[in-house]
Amino acid sequence: MKLKVPVEITINGKSCSGEVEPRQLLVHFIRENAGLTGTKVGCDTSQCGTCTVVLDGSTAKACTVLTVQASGSSVTTIEGFADGANLHPLQEAFWNNHALQCGFCTPGMIIAADAILRNNPSPTREEIRQGLEGNICRCTGYQNIVRAVEQAAETMGGG
Amino acid sequence: MYPANTTYHRAGSVAEAVQLLADNEGAKVLAGGHSLIPAMKLRLAAPQALVDIGHIAALRGISLEGGSLVIGALTNFATIASSELVQANAPVLAEATGVVGDPAVRNRGTIGGNVSHGDPASDPPTALTALGATYNVSGPGGERSIAASDFPTGLLENALQDNEILTGVSVPALAPGSGSAYVKFPHPASRYAVVGVAAIVASQGGSCSSASVVIGGVETTPTRASSVEAALVGSDLGNDALDAAAAAVAGDFTGDPMSDIFASDEYRRAMAAVYLRRALGIAASRAG
Repeated sequence: MKLKVPVEITINGKSCSGEVEPRQLLVHFIRENAGLTGTKVGCDTSQCGTCTVVLDGSTAKACTVLTVQASGSSVTTIEGFADGANLHPLQEAFWNNHALQCGFCTPGMIIAADAILRNNPSPTREEIRQGLEGNICRCTGYQNIVRAVEQAAETMGGG
Repeated sequence: MYPANTTYHRAGSVAEAVQLLADNEGAKVLAGGHSLIPAMKLRLAAPQALVDIGHIAALRGISLEGGSLVIGALTNFATIASSELVQANAPVLAEATGVVGDPAVRNRGTIGGNVSHGDPASDPPTALTALGATYNVSGPGGERSIAASDFPTGLLENALQDNEILTGVSVPALAPGSGSAYVKFPHPASRYAVVGVAAIVASQGGSCSSASVVIGGVETTPTRASSVEAALVGSDLGNDALDAAAAAVAGDFTGDPMSDIFASDEYRRAMAAVYLRRALGIAASRAG
């Protein structure tokens, strides 16, 4: 059995290559091979959403994708959101609204929120809640998370 | 959780994938991976090889051909749920695919992988069975199609032969005057259906001319509610008729029941009658 296969994935615009076992999950490639630890492993059963990344333009739970499946693809993680020292409007809004307590769900929340706003720049509160359905905050800080997304929608030109 | 190790083979075409399955003992087809990878993590599946069909562009897309929707196996739930073609011709499938998992799951999960895996608590097979869909299959012996109702042969078992791959689903367009609904009681953590009901009714001159009702989540394969359908046809689809039809469902559960720590088989049957009545009410209001 050939144990490792070569892969190449573009992460936040930078090419990352390596040799991985076919069973390796994409979230582990991101954290251990690329060294980008903003993406978390939470439930590891595609329910909690803290491993959410953008894979070829749409959100995916990186605990339920094999690295080999994503070879040749393009991934954006939370580290790809800020522009140098300038936070992304969603990051800014999460800060302003105290939309994080322990912060473990935050990377996935911001990426899921970004997907909502890309499809619908002026979502209603209910649409925001539906869009965040696959992301769990165990601190239960949902009120402020929804407020932050509403504020980001305004600063990003929707709202 | 790491799956057991395996080998990986990316197929460039359906023919190549069929050959890779034949060449690799103990191989499984990988599409979006949203059923297979969780099963591999739990070691419920430990394929010796993975044949990845996820990059075969020809298996992606939705078209209307001769009165039927043809949906490629790799088409994801988000695409199906938001497709105007599906919303116009098989709205109950758009509804069912729109409530699978959550948005990120719907971006990756594929219709072909979903029906091949055949989880009895998943939404799309219930809707596809009610719609009278057929599944298109490619294998060493060529192509064939299998009726959705004949496809599951037991819990997570299906009619696919060795080295056959499901390449797409064909869904006959709903007749004008039909109304349909998919109503679901989602498990609060997994979002799988504790009960999911797909109901389609057609009305002509104030009377129900045909009905198709299928229930998922209660038995190990989707349950066709034949007694409910018989009670609906010829009725006026009024509240009393729908109450009577929903009450008839008790006689339709004749297969192997599902039961777990969250919902016993008795609870699932009780909830099936409740959600069935809701689905019938919505479907009837959309008919005519």
